[in-house]
Amino acid sequence: MKIIFQYIIVLAGALAFMSCEKDNYEPPKSQLTGKLMYQGTPLNFQYNRVSYELYQDGFGKTGALNSTFTPEGEFSQLLFNGTYKMVVPRGQGPFLWGSAADSQDTVVINVNGNTNMDFEVLPFWMIRNPQLSAGSGNVTGTCSLEQIVTDANAKTIESVTLYLSKTVFASSDNNIAINTIEGNAITDVNNISLNAAIPTLVPAQNYVFARIGVKLAGVDDMLFAPVQKLNL
Amino acid sequence: MKKILIILFILISFNWACESDKEFLDRPPTQVLTTEQAFSDPAQVLSIVANLYSRQFNLYRLSDYRTVGDFNEAFYARDQGIASQYHTNSTWDFRGVDFGGNNFSWTTWDYTYIREMNLFLERVELATIRQELIDRYTAEVRFLRANYYFELAQLYGGVPIILESQEYDFSGDPSYLQVPRSTEAEIYDFVIQEAEALKSLLPTDPDSKSRATKGTALAMKARAAIYAASLAKYNNAVTPSVSLPSGVVGIPASRAEEYYNTALTAAKEVIDGTAGAYSLYLKNPSDLSENFAAVFYDKNANPEVIWADDYLLKYRTHYFTGANQPRYGAEEEEGGALNPTLNLVQEFELLDNAFAPIPTTDANGDPIYYDNQSDIFANRDARLGGTVILPGSTFKSRPVDIWAGYQLADGTIITGTDRGDQRILPGQTVEQQVVGFDGPVAGAVQNAQMGFYLRKYVDPVPGSGQRGVQSEVWKVNYRYAEILLIAAEAAFELGQPDVAAGYINQVRTRAGFTIPLTATDITFDRIVHERRVEFAFEGQYFMDLKRFRIAHEIFDGVTMSKADLLADIGKATNRSTMPWGLWPYRIYNPGSPNDGKWIYKEFLSNQVTAADNWQLGNYYSLINNDILSRNPKLVKQPLQ
Repeated sequence: MKIIFQYIIVLAGALAFMSCEKDNYEPPKSQLTGKLMYQGTPLNFQYNRVSYELYQDGFGKTGALNSTFTPEGEFSQLLFNGTYKMVVPRGQGPFLWGSAADSQDTVVINVNGNTNMDFEVLPFWMIRNPQLSAGSGNVTGTCSLEQIVTDANAKTIESVTLYLSKTVFASSDNNIAINTIEGNAITDVNNISLNAAIPTLVPAQNYVFARIGVKLAGVDDMLFAPVQKLNL
Repeated sequence: MKKILIILFILISFNWACESDKEFLDRPPTQVLTTEQAFSDPAQVLSIVANLYSRQFNLYRLSDYRTVGDFNEAFYARDQGIASQYHTNSTWDFRGVDFGGNNFSWTTWDYTYIREMNLFLERVELATIRQELIDRYTAEVRFLRANYYFELAQLYGGVPIILESQEYDFSGDPSYLQVPRSTEAEIYDFVIQEAEALKSLLPTDPDSKSRATKGTALAMKARAAIYAASLAKYNNAVTPSVSLPSGVVGIPASRAEEYYNTALTAAKEVIDGTAGAYSLYLKNPSDLSENFAAVFYDKNANPEVIWADDYLLKYRTHYFTGANQPRYGAEEEEGGALNPTLNLVQEFELLDNAFAPIPTTDANGDPIYYDNQSDIFANRDARLGGTVILPGSTFKSRPVDIWAGYQLADGTIITGTDRGDQRILPGQTVEQQVVGFDGPVAGAVQNAQMGFYLRKYVDPVPGSGQRGVQSEVWKVNYRYAEILLIAAEAAFELGQPDVAAGYINQVRTRAGFTIPLTATDITFDRIVHERRVEFAFEGQYFMDLKRFRIAHEIFDGVTMSKADLLADIGKATNRSTMPWGLWPYRIYNPGSPNDGKWIYKEFLSNQVTAADNWQLGNYYSLINNDILSRNPKLVKQPLQ
């Protein structure tokens, strides 16, 4: 009986060792990071809205790693070293990715150790000189808009909105006050002014976050100016 | 000697075993029928057909109350988790709402079902039963197959159309089995053609509700054609970016008129009685609200229902009534899962055909005092009372007890934290009830949190709210009122508003309206509105949101204030991003003429933190990576 017990211990030990060796892979260690820019200016989006896909071929079924850009237009993934293809699906984001509007080009990325890769994309419009200020219970935002894409893919402005929020995620999801100008009410795109009253903050805090977003007709995802913390 | 005997005995027994083994291996299994056996007996064939019927797919299912109330037509008061899933998320997944277990509200991709229908159609041809039975079963299963493709088309646009049972030859190359998606127009054409062919193959029998008949085929044809027509028209006019260059999503605008004509013709065939005598249900003209509710629970010679997914006590039941019954005195200690919202309730018009908010305040902003709770809903569309259990009405002969508290002369509210709670009112010494036994209680679950309970499809039969009994109310798939409204919509789009008015007025007369609409009253908003109130909680609203391309305007992600709520009632694109409720309060002011009267207040629950935002990518359901990687010929949906 004692001998059998010893055998079991030896066998179990051997099994444990073997399984350790076989089953455990190295975790992915290479970080792929980057951001979306237009002529060096980072683009800003809504949280969890603009998605991208990463593909890696050669391992059976192909399927995408889906993720979304941060509000600051950045992305990051922890990956194994190898060759990946990145693409923003058609119709995602307030910008043109790659050369053509209809068939998006995938971009090949070689990941070998930590890799940083910034992308230049062509936004339909850009928000220029966003100025935000708080005073006497109001937040005032001014900006000008510049149309970047003017060819057949051009988009018209549906609305421009100023969002106030208690957190940095100022957007249609998270806001305490908004002020919107409809696109057809805009007379001068170089001189847009928005004004929203700050409601009572519960629980009280002596600052708010604000940012300006542009909604384009026929595009789901809005383009934002950088969020700003305003002390009251 | 003994040993020899035993050995002999064993040898002999081996002999036996050897002999019967041969037979044993050839013995037919008793629990599996071969194809020949299954298709040689009429009862067996019928049971296969019944199985295929029972697997029909409905987006709105009585077996799962969650499928019925989305889009802020109802507030999900079942529990906190479900409430937060629906009311604290502003966007929908591209597959709808996550039901858990990789199961989403706007998905079905059951090609196993299609394959089994294809197999049935191939095998039944060789069946050794009467030819007339073969013909009928073939027609019925072809109908079910077209019906399922129609459901797929509504969710996905074009999908692979497979009309034969595919077999893999184990050659290592499955590409010949991979069928690309059809165009969106092709799949609607397929459904329309099948319906056209089947109308002469299926029996003309308006009394048969759960099996396909000529009326069912024509109803499917009318609905498919009107859906295709409106997709062709409004996708190109409103959301041209929701399309794929190959036409897999997006029907050319030039085909709209043809589809509208098809829809009108098919609807007229039903109206003219070629499929048998269908008519609007009107057994109880003295109480039109009860009459409207009975359309859904009266299964005895119901002239309105054309096709229903039927249930039968003890055999096939659902718990929709138990989930949604009024909580006070309910047959189980649960109910009130879906609370219809004020957004929907106020859409029911006044009897003079005017749209108006539920009047809570007068022109000066002062509250209006009502003697009876139900007075505030007076002179409205009778369908309101047939769709929603209102404060002051009854269910299963028991008055519902919906009120949120007492309001004192100075405007203070005295209320409780539980259903039927008691408090001491000022100037009194004894505790008394200060909130209804049906709620509403803010934050509590399973009560009338919006001030209303659901009536449609909720079964008035005793026992229907018990877990052990459940309900046999059927899910109506097609009914005559929809045929009339399809005809009205098609006629309107084809520039015949007077014809449209004639059809729409039939439906409205049954709802208690006495002033007919004229040709000039018929607008796009009218058509959309009439469908919303007539078919609330029946499933058509989901597709109406999509095919008229109004969803992204209704759910534009903007927080909905009270002013937003009360504005633009009756407009097709009226914002409805948050579910609002309507809470009744009782006045406590002894000595005042208003003492004991009722006032109402619009109410936004603090559980509602998100304003719904429909993305253009939501117009078609996601085909997930698993399906895409199995068939590389499938293309992805637009804007996803």
